[in-house]
Amino acid sequence: MKLLVNGIERDLETPPLESLLTALREELAITSPKAGCLQGGCGACTVLVDGEPRRACLVPIGAVDGASVTTVEGLGTDRELSPIQAAFFDNYATQCGFCVSGFMLAAHSLLEREPGAGRDQIIEGLAGHMCRCTGYVKIVEAVEAAARGDVDTRRDREPETLTEGSQA
Amino acid sequence: MARRHLRLRHLRPGAWVRIGESPPSTPKAHMTHSTNVLVPTSPEEAVASFGDGGGITVVAGGTIVMPELSSGRLRPERALLLAKAGLAGITSENGTVRIGATTPVLALVGATPEPLSTFAAYVGDYEIRSQATIGGNVCAAPAAESPRGDLQAPLLALGARVRSAGAGGERTESIDDFLAGGEDRLVLELEVDQPTRGAAAALGRPHAHNYTIMAVAAAEGADGVLVAVSGAGPRAQRLPSVEQALAGGADAAGAAAGAAADVSPHDDALASAWYRSTMLPRLVEQALGRL
Repeated sequence: MKLLVNGIERDLETPPLESLLTALREELAITSPKAGCLQGGCGACTVLVDGEPRRACLVPIGAVDGASVTTVEGLGTDRELSPIQAAFFDNYATQCGFCVSGFMLAAHSLLEREPGAGRDQIIEGLAGHMCRCTGYVKIVEAVEAAARGDVDTRRDREPETLTEGSQA
Repeated sequence: MARRHLRLRHLRPGAWVRIGESPPSTPKAHMTHSTNVLVPTSPEEAVASFGDGGGITVVAGGTIVMPELSSGRLRPERALLLAKAGLAGITSENGTVRIGATTPVLALVGATPEPLSTFAAYVGDYEIRSQATIGGNVCAAPAAESPRGDLQAPLLALGARVRSAGAGGERTESIDDFLAGGEDRLVLELEVDQPTRGAAAALGRPHAHNYTIMAVAAAEGADGVLVAVSGAGPRAQRLPSVEQALAGGADAAGAAAGAAADVSPHDDALASAWYRSTMLPRLVEQALGRL
Protein backbone atom coordinates (compact mmCIF):
# COMPACT_ATOMS: atom_id res chain seq x y z
CA MET A 1 0.00 0.00 0.00
CA LYS A 2 1.01 3.57 -0.58
CA LEU A 3 0.34 6.86 1.15
CA LEU A 4 1.36 10.35 0.20
CA VAL A 5 2.48 11.61 3.62
CA ASN A 6 3.15 15.33 3.81
CA GLY A 7 3.85 15.29 0.08
CA ILE A 8 6.23 12.32 0.12
CA GLU A 9 5.17 8.95 -1.26
CA ARG A 10 5.60 6.17 1.28
CA ASP A 11 5.21 2.42 0.83
CA LEU A 12 3.62 0.65 3.76
CA GLU A 13 3.77 -2.89 5.06
CA THR A 14 1.37 -2.38 7.97
CA PRO A 15 -1.46 -4.96 7.65
CA PRO A 16 -4.59 -3.42 6.04
CA LEU A 17 -6.87 -3.79 9.05
CA GLU A 18 -4.48 -1.92 11.32
CA SER A 19 -5.25 1.75 11.90
CA LEU A 20 -3.75 4.65 10.00
CA LEU A 21 -2.51 5.80 13.41
CA THR A 22 -0.48 2.60 13.87
CA ALA A 23 0.97 2.91 10.37
CA LEU A 24 2.01 6.53 10.91
CA ARG A 25 3.44 6.08 14.38
CA GLU A 26 4.99 2.64 14.27
CA GLU A 27 5.99 2.11 10.66
CA LEU A 28 6.72 5.69 9.55
CA ALA A 29 7.85 6.94 12.99
CA ILE A 30 5.64 10.03 12.71
CA THR A 31 4.52 10.42 16.31
CA SER A 32 2.69 13.76 16.20
CA PRO A 33 -0.68 12.01 15.87
CA LYS A 34 -1.11 10.82 19.44
CA ALA A 35 -2.54 7.52 20.59
CA GLY A 36 -5.00 8.80 23.19
CA CYS A 37 -8.28 6.99 23.74
CA LEU A 38 -8.05 4.79 20.61
CA GLN A 39 -11.82 4.95 20.20
CA GLY A 40 -12.39 8.25 18.45
CA GLY A 41 -13.31 10.22 21.55
CA CYS A 42 -10.33 12.45 22.30
CA GLY A 43 -9.23 13.89 18.96
CA ALA A 44 -5.49 13.60 19.62
CA CYS A 45 -4.86 11.31 16.61
CA THR A 46 -6.58 13.61 14.09
CA VAL A 47 -4.83 13.93 10.72
CA LEU A 48 -5.98 15.22 7.35
CA VAL A 49 -6.85 12.50 4.82
CA ASP A 50 -7.24 14.03 1.37
CA GLY A 51 -7.62 17.35 3.16
CA GLU A 52 -10.39 16.27 5.54
CA PRO A 53 -9.86 15.79 9.28
CA ARG A 54 -10.08 12.13 10.29
CA ARG A 55 -9.49 10.19 13.47
CA ALA A 56 -6.46 8.12 12.46
CA CYS A 57 -7.31 5.54 15.14
CA LEU A 58 -10.63 4.78 13.42
CA VAL A 59 -9.35 4.51 9.84
CA PRO A 60 -8.20 1.07 8.69
CA ILE A 61 -5.11 1.61 6.56
CA GLY A 62 -6.60 -0.56 3.79
CA ALA A 63 -9.44 1.96 3.38
CA VAL A 64 -7.12 4.83 2.49
CA ASP A 65 -4.60 3.16 0.18
CA GLY A 66 -3.31 5.86 -2.18
CA ALA A 67 -4.62 8.76 -0.09
CA SER A 68 -2.81 11.95 0.77
CA VAL A 69 -2.20 12.34 4.51
CA THR A 70 -1.16 15.52 6.24
CA THR A 71 0.18 15.50 9.78
CA VAL A 72 1.03 18.66 11.68
CA GLU A 73 4.57 18.50 10.27
CA GLY A 74 3.06 19.09 6.85
CA LEU A 75 1.22 22.28 7.75
CA GLY A 76 4.04 24.80 7.55
CA THR A 77 7.11 25.01 5.35
CA ASP A 78 10.81 25.22 6.17
CA ARG A 79 10.54 29.01 6.17
CA GLU A 80 7.05 29.68 7.44
CA LEU A 81 4.62 28.42 10.00
CA SER A 82 1.06 27.89 8.91
CA PRO A 83 -1.32 30.57 10.25
CA ILE A 84 -2.74 28.12 12.79
CA GLN A 85 0.71 27.16 14.06
CA ALA A 86 1.71 30.81 14.38
CA ALA A 87 -1.54 31.62 16.18
CA PHE A 88 -1.06 28.75 18.68
CA PHE A 89 2.53 29.95 19.23
CA ASP A 90 1.66 33.58 19.87
CA ASN A 91 -1.46 32.91 21.94
CA TYR A 92 0.16 30.36 24.24
CA ALA A 93 -2.44 27.78 23.23
CA THR A 94 -0.19 24.87 24.15
CA GLN A 95 0.73 23.43 27.48
CA CYS A 96 1.73 19.75 27.53
CA GLY A 97 1.25 19.52 23.77
CA PHE A 98 -0.39 16.12 23.58
CA CYS A 99 -3.63 17.34 21.99
CA VAL A 100 -2.12 20.12 19.92
CA SER A 101 -1.43 18.44 16.61
CA GLY A 102 -5.03 17.20 16.51
CA PHE A 103 -6.36 20.63 17.44
CA MET A 104 -4.18 22.38 14.84
CA LEU A 105 -5.22 20.08 12.01
CA ALA A 106 -8.91 20.30 12.94
CA ALA A 107 -8.66 24.09 13.24
CA HIS A 108 -6.76 24.35 9.95
CA SER A 109 -9.52 22.38 8.24
CA LEU A 110 -12.25 24.41 9.99
CA LEU A 111 -10.78 27.67 8.68
CA GLU A 112 -10.52 26.23 5.19
CA ARG A 113 -14.26 25.40 5.33
CA GLU A 114 -15.27 28.58 7.14
CA PRO A 115 -12.52 31.18 6.72
CA GLY A 116 -14.15 33.82 8.90
CA ALA A 117 -15.35 31.42 11.60
CA GLY A 118 -16.52 33.12 14.79
CA ARG A 119 -16.26 31.94 18.38
CA ASP A 120 -19.37 29.72 18.29
CA GLN A 121 -18.36 28.05 15.03
CA ILE A 122 -14.86 27.44 16.39
CA ILE A 123 -16.17 25.89 19.60
CA GLU A 124 -18.57 23.70 17.62
CA GLY A 125 -15.92 22.78 15.04
CA LEU A 126 -13.38 21.72 17.65
CA ALA A 127 -15.90 20.08 19.99
CA GLY A 128 -14.48 16.60 19.41
CA HIS A 129 -11.07 17.51 20.79
CA MET A 130 -10.05 17.25 24.42
CA CYS A 131 -7.40 19.31 26.17
CA ARG A 132 -6.70 18.61 29.81
CA CYS A 133 -4.37 21.59 30.37
CA THR A 134 -5.44 24.85 28.83
CA GLY A 135 -9.11 24.98 29.69
CA TYR A 136 -9.62 25.62 25.95
CA VAL A 137 -9.72 29.42 26.30
CA LYS A 138 -6.27 29.99 24.80
CA ILE A 139 -6.95 27.50 22.03
CA VAL A 140 -10.18 29.21 21.03
CA GLU A 141 -8.45 32.60 21.17
CA ALA A 142 -5.67 31.29 18.93
CA VAL A 143 -8.11 30.04 16.32
CA GLU A 144 -10.02 33.33 16.51
CA ALA A 145 -6.74 35.15 15.85
CA ALA A 146 -6.01 32.92 12.86
CA ALA A 147 -9.56 33.49 11.56
CA ARG A 148 -8.99 37.26 11.80
CA GLY A 149 -5.65 36.88 10.01
CA ASP A 150 -3.94 38.28 13.08
CA VAL A 151 -0.83 36.12 12.75
CA ASP A 152 2.87 36.45 11.99
CA THR A 153 3.99 33.29 10.25
CA ARG A 154 7.76 33.97 10.22
CA ARG A 155 9.64 31.18 11.96
CA ASP A 156 12.67 33.20 12.92
CA ARG A 157 11.29 35.30 15.76
CA GLU A 158 10.50 35.32 19.45
CA PRO A 159 6.93 34.82 20.63
CA GLU A 160 5.01 37.96 21.41
CA THR A 161 5.69 39.11 24.96
CA LEU A 162 2.86 38.51 27.35
CA THR A 163 1.55 41.81 28.64
CA GLU A 164 0.30 42.17 32.18
CA GLY A 165 -3.16 40.73 32.56
CA SER A 166 -3.01 38.72 29.38
CA GLN A 167 -1.79 35.56 31.06
CA ALA A 168 -4.57 33.16 31.97
CA MET B 1 20.22 26.22 26.95
CA ALA B 2 16.73 25.48 28.17
CA ARG B 3 15.55 28.61 26.44
CA ARG B 4 17.01 27.52 23.14
CA HIS B 5 15.42 24.12 23.56
CA LEU B 6 12.05 25.80 24.00
CA ARG B 7 12.53 27.97 20.93
CA LEU B 8 13.39 25.03 18.77
CA ARG B 9 10.29 23.18 19.83
CA HIS B 10 8.13 26.19 19.14
CA LEU B 11 9.67 27.43 15.95
CA ARG B 12 10.39 24.23 14.16
CA PRO B 13 7.53 21.81 14.47
CA GLY B 14 8.69 18.53 13.07
CA ALA B 15 12.36 19.22 13.71
CA TRP B 16 12.63 16.01 15.68
CA VAL B 17 11.23 13.79 12.98
CA ARG B 18 12.70 14.23 9.56
CA ILE B 19 9.75 13.13 7.52
CA GLY B 20 10.79 11.27 4.44
CA GLU B 21 14.31 10.63 5.71
CA SER B 22 13.72 8.37 8.67
CA PRO B 23 14.56 4.75 7.88
CA PRO B 24 11.36 2.71 7.89
CA SER B 25 11.24 0.59 11.01
CA THR B 26 10.04 -2.97 10.94
CA PRO B 27 6.30 -3.03 11.54
CA LYS B 28 5.35 -4.80 14.74
CA ALA B 29 3.32 -7.94 14.46
CA HIS B 30 0.07 -6.70 16.01
CA MET B 31 -2.10 -9.53 14.94
CA THR B 32 -1.54 -12.98 16.19
CA HIS B 33 -3.84 -14.30 13.49
CA SER B 34 -4.32 -13.24 9.91
CA THR B 35 -7.48 -11.62 8.67
CA ASN B 36 -8.36 -11.79 5.01
CA VAL B 37 -9.12 -8.15 4.16
CA LEU B 38 -11.31 -7.43 1.15
CA VAL B 39 -11.48 -3.95 -0.37
CA PRO B 40 -14.12 -4.00 -3.14
CA THR B 41 -14.17 -1.14 -5.62
CA SER B 42 -17.79 -1.39 -6.78
CA PRO B 43 -21.17 -2.24 -5.21
CA GLU B 44 -21.25 -5.50 -7.22
CA GLU B 45 -17.84 -6.51 -5.89
CA ALA B 46 -18.96 -5.63 -2.36
CA VAL B 47 -22.02 -7.88 -2.68
CA ALA B 48 -19.94 -10.73 -4.12
CA SER B 49 -17.31 -10.35 -1.38
CA PHE B 50 -19.97 -10.33 1.35
CA GLY B 51 -21.59 -13.52 0.06
CA ASP B 52 -23.86 -14.88 2.79
CA GLY B 53 -22.02 -12.84 5.42
CA GLY B 54 -20.59 -15.83 7.26
CA GLY B 55 -17.53 -15.00 9.38
CA ILE B 56 -17.19 -11.54 7.87
CA THR B 57 -16.88 -8.19 9.64
CA VAL B 58 -17.98 -5.17 7.63
CA VAL B 59 -16.11 -1.91 8.16
CA ALA B 60 -17.81 1.18 6.71
CA GLY B 61 -16.77 4.34 8.58
CA GLY B 62 -14.94 2.36 11.26
CA THR B 63 -16.19 4.42 14.19
CA ILE B 64 -17.82 1.43 15.90
CA VAL B 65 -15.72 -1.47 14.60
CA MET B 66 -12.17 -0.11 14.71
CA PRO B 67 -11.93 0.18 18.52
CA GLU B 68 -13.13 -3.44 18.73
CA LEU B 69 -10.44 -4.53 16.24
CA SER B 70 -7.64 -2.44 17.74
CA SER B 71 -8.33 -3.71 21.24
CA GLY B 72 -8.39 -7.31 20.05
CA ARG B 73 -11.96 -7.84 21.25
CA LEU B 74 -12.93 -8.66 17.68
CA ARG B 75 -10.82 -11.03 15.57
CA PRO B 76 -12.63 -11.71 12.31
CA GLU B 77 -11.66 -14.33 9.74
CA ARG B 78 -12.54 -11.90 6.99
CA ALA B 79 -13.05 -8.15 6.91
CA LEU B 80 -14.84 -6.19 4.20
CA LEU B 81 -13.78 -2.55 3.91
CA LEU B 82 -16.47 -0.53 2.13
CA ALA B 83 -14.55 2.75 1.79
CA LYS B 84 -13.93 2.32 -1.93
CA ALA B 85 -17.11 0.36 -2.81
CA GLY B 86 -18.98 3.30 -4.32
CA LEU B 87 -21.92 3.01 -1.92
CA ALA B 88 -22.05 6.68 -0.84
CA GLY B 89 -24.37 9.36 -2.13
CA ILE B 90 -27.82 10.90 -1.79
CA THR B 91 -30.26 11.15 -4.69
CA SER B 92 -33.81 12.40 -4.75
CA GLU B 93 -36.43 11.54 -7.33
CA ASN B 94 -40.26 11.72 -7.34
CA GLY B 95 -40.42 12.36 -3.62
CA THR B 96 -38.15 9.45 -2.69
CA VAL B 97 -34.72 10.07 -1.21
CA ARG B 98 -32.15 7.30 -1.67
CA ILE B 99 -29.18 7.27 0.65
CA GLY B 100 -26.21 5.01 -0.09
CA ALA B 101 -25.06 2.85 2.83
CA THR B 102 -21.67 4.51 3.26
CA THR B 103 -23.01 8.06 3.05
CA PRO B 104 -21.40 9.89 5.98
CA VAL B 105 -23.69 11.03 8.79
CA LEU B 106 -22.45 14.59 8.17
CA ALA B 107 -23.84 14.52 4.62
CA LEU B 108 -27.33 13.79 5.97
CA VAL B 109 -27.46 17.11 7.82
CA GLY B 110 -29.49 19.55 5.74
CA ALA B 111 -29.71 17.14 2.79
CA THR B 112 -32.26 14.57 4.00
CA PRO B 113 -35.85 14.89 5.27
CA GLU B 114 -36.63 15.76 8.87
CA PRO B 115 -36.28 14.33 11.43
CA LEU B 116 -33.30 12.43 9.96
CA SER B 117 -31.38 15.62 9.24
CA THR B 118 -31.64 16.92 12.82
CA PHE B 119 -30.85 13.50 14.31
CA ALA B 120 -27.67 13.32 12.20
CA ALA B 121 -26.55 16.59 13.76
CA TYR B 122 -26.93 15.02 17.24
CA VAL B 123 -24.22 12.42 16.46
CA GLY B 124 -20.69 12.83 17.83
CA ASP B 125 -18.59 15.74 16.58
CA TYR B 126 -17.55 17.03 13.15
CA GLU B 127 -14.92 14.36 12.51
CA ILE B 128 -17.07 11.50 13.81
CA ARG B 129 -20.02 12.67 11.68
CA SER B 130 -17.63 12.81 8.69
CA GLN B 131 -16.45 9.23 9.23
CA ALA B 132 -19.53 7.43 10.57
CA THR B 133 -21.97 6.14 7.95
CA ILE B 134 -25.74 5.73 7.88
CA GLY B 135 -25.34 2.02 7.04
CA GLY B 136 -23.10 1.45 10.03
CA ASN B 137 -25.57 3.25 12.26
CA VAL B 138 -28.45 1.11 11.01
CA CYS B 139 -26.38 -2.03 11.66
CA ALA B 140 -25.15 -0.95 15.11
CA ALA B 141 -25.76 -3.74 17.58
CA PRO B 142 -28.10 -2.87 20.45
CA ALA B 143 -25.81 -1.53 23.12
CA ALA B 144 -26.30 -1.87 26.86
CA GLU B 145 -24.77 1.51 27.66
CA SER B 146 -24.69 3.52 24.47
CA PRO B 147 -27.47 4.29 21.98
CA ARG B 148 -25.21 3.88 18.96
CA GLY B 149 -27.97 3.24 16.43
CA ASP B 150 -29.48 6.64 17.04
CA LEU B 151 -30.45 7.24 13.40
CA GLN B 152 -32.76 4.24 13.63
CA ALA B 153 -35.49 6.30 15.35
CA PRO B 154 -35.90 8.88 12.54
CA LEU B 155 -35.72 6.08 9.94
CA LEU B 156 -38.51 4.23 11.78
CA ALA B 157 -40.59 7.44 11.96
CA LEU B 158 -40.03 8.04 8.24
CA GLY B 159 -41.07 4.48 7.36
CA ALA B 160 -37.71 3.97 5.62
CA ARG B 161 -36.91 0.92 3.51
CA VAL B 162 -33.62 -0.93 3.56
CA ARG B 163 -32.09 -2.51 0.46
CA SER B 164 -29.60 -5.18 1.45
CA ALA B 165 -27.71 -8.19 0.11
CA GLY B 166 -26.88 -11.52 1.71
CA ALA B 167 -28.17 -15.10 1.78
CA GLY B 168 -31.00 -15.43 -0.76
CA GLY B 169 -29.80 -12.40 -2.72
CA GLU B 170 -30.85 -8.78 -2.68
CA ARG B 171 -34.07 -7.58 -1.07
CA THR B 172 -35.81 -4.43 0.09
CA GLU B 173 -37.79 -4.43 3.34
CA SER B 174 -39.13 -1.99 5.90
CA ILE B 175 -36.66 -0.70 8.46
CA ASP B 176 -38.93 -2.27 11.13
CA ASP B 177 -38.47 -5.73 9.57
CA PHE B 178 -34.78 -5.16 8.95
CA LEU B 179 -34.08 -4.22 12.58
CA ALA B 180 -36.20 -7.10 13.88
CA GLY B 181 -34.40 -9.66 11.70
CA GLY B 182 -31.27 -11.29 13.00
CA GLU B 183 -29.63 -12.24 9.71
CA ASP B 184 -26.24 -11.07 8.45
CA ARG B 185 -27.06 -8.58 5.72
CA LEU B 186 -24.96 -6.07 3.80
CA VAL B 187 -26.90 -2.79 3.71
CA LEU B 188 -26.67 -1.16 0.29
CA GLU B 189 -29.15 1.71 0.46
CA LEU B 190 -31.84 3.39 2.54
CA GLU B 191 -34.98 4.73 0.86
CA VAL B 192 -37.09 7.42 2.47
CA ASP B 193 -40.29 8.97 1.13
CA GLN B 194 -40.40 12.71 1.65
CA PRO B 195 -42.79 13.20 4.61
CA THR B 196 -45.43 15.92 4.80
CA ARG B 197 -43.89 17.01 8.09
CA GLY B 198 -41.11 15.79 10.34
CA ALA B 199 -39.70 16.89 13.67
CA ALA B 200 -37.23 15.88 16.36
CA ALA B 201 -36.75 16.51 20.07
CA ALA B 202 -33.79 15.39 22.13
CA LEU B 203 -32.29 15.68 25.57
CA GLY B 204 -29.38 18.07 25.15
CA ARG B 205 -25.81 16.81 25.33
CA PRO B 206 -23.41 18.50 27.73
CA HIS B 207 -20.70 18.17 25.09
CA ALA B 208 -19.89 16.40 21.84
CA HIS B 209 -18.23 13.45 23.56
CA ASN B 210 -21.56 12.33 25.01
CA TYR B 211 -24.16 10.16 23.44
CA THR B 212 -27.60 11.73 23.18
CA ILE B 213 -29.41 10.13 26.12
CA MET B 214 -32.79 9.98 24.45
CA ALA B 215 -34.39 11.48 21.34
CA VAL B 216 -37.84 11.30 19.76
CA ALA B 217 -38.58 11.37 16.03
CA ALA B 218 -41.98 12.10 14.50
CA ALA B 219 -42.97 12.24 10.85
CA GLU B 220 -46.23 12.41 8.92
CA GLY B 221 -46.35 10.30 5.79
CA ALA B 222 -48.73 8.06 3.86
CA ASP B 223 -49.42 5.98 7.01
CA GLY B 224 -50.23 8.95 9.22
CA VAL B 225 -47.94 10.18 11.98
CA LEU B 226 -45.25 7.68 13.02
CA VAL B 227 -43.33 8.27 16.25
CA ALA B 228 -40.14 6.53 17.39
CA VAL B 229 -37.60 6.92 20.17
CA SER B 230 -33.93 6.10 20.58
CA GLY B 231 -32.33 5.75 23.99
CA ALA B 232 -35.43 4.53 25.83
CA GLY B 233 -34.18 0.94 25.59
CA PRO B 234 -31.25 -0.89 24.05
CA ARG B 235 -32.53 -0.20 20.54
CA ALA B 236 -34.70 2.37 18.80
CA GLN B 237 -38.40 1.57 18.66
CA ARG B 238 -41.76 2.89 17.51
CA LEU B 239 -44.25 4.20 20.07
CA PRO B 240 -47.53 2.53 18.96
CA SER B 241 -49.66 3.92 21.84
CA VAL B 242 -48.74 7.45 20.79
CA GLU B 243 -49.39 6.75 17.10
CA GLN B 244 -52.80 5.20 17.86
CA ALA B 245 -53.81 8.09 20.12
CA LEU B 246 -52.89 10.57 17.38
CA ALA B 247 -54.85 8.56 14.79
CA GLY B 248 -57.80 8.70 17.21
CA GLY B 249 -57.67 12.48 17.28
CA ALA B 250 -55.69 13.08 20.50
CA ASP B 251 -53.69 16.29 20.78
CA ALA B 252 -49.92 16.30 21.37
CA ALA B 253 -50.11 16.31 25.16
CA GLY B 254 -52.81 13.66 25.23
CA ALA B 255 -50.99 11.36 22.82
CA ALA B 256 -47.67 11.83 24.64
CA ALA B 257 -49.11 10.98 28.05
CA GLY B 258 -49.15 7.24 27.38
CA ALA B 259 -45.69 7.00 25.78
CA ALA B 260 -44.01 5.36 28.76
CA ALA B 261 -46.26 2.31 28.38
CA ASP B 262 -44.50 1.46 25.09
CA VAL B 263 -40.97 1.24 26.50
CA SER B 264 -38.97 -0.63 29.12
CA PRO B 265 -36.30 1.89 30.05
CA HIS B 266 -33.08 0.83 31.71
CA ASP B 267 -30.54 2.30 34.11
CA ASP B 268 -27.14 2.90 32.55
CA ALA B 269 -24.16 5.21 32.73
CA LEU B 270 -26.04 7.92 30.81
CA ALA B 271 -29.30 8.10 32.77
CA SER B 272 -31.61 6.21 35.07
CA ALA B 273 -34.73 4.37 33.99
CA TRP B 274 -36.74 6.80 36.11
CA TYR B 275 -35.29 9.77 34.25
CA ARG B 276 -36.02 8.20 30.89
CA SER B 277 -39.61 7.31 31.87
CA THR B 278 -40.18 10.80 33.21
CA MET B 279 -38.71 12.62 30.22
CA LEU B 280 -40.15 10.49 27.42
CA PRO B 281 -43.69 11.98 27.44
CA ARG B 282 -42.20 15.48 27.51
CA LEU B 283 -39.93 14.76 24.55
CA VAL B 284 -42.81 13.20 22.63
CA GLU B 285 -44.98 16.23 23.28
CA GLN B 286 -42.14 18.52 22.24
CA ALA B 287 -41.52 16.63 19.00
CA LEU B 288 -45.24 16.55 18.14
CA GLY B 289 -45.48 20.25 18.94
CA ARG B 290 -42.76 20.93 16.38
CA LEU B 291 -44.52 19.02 13.60
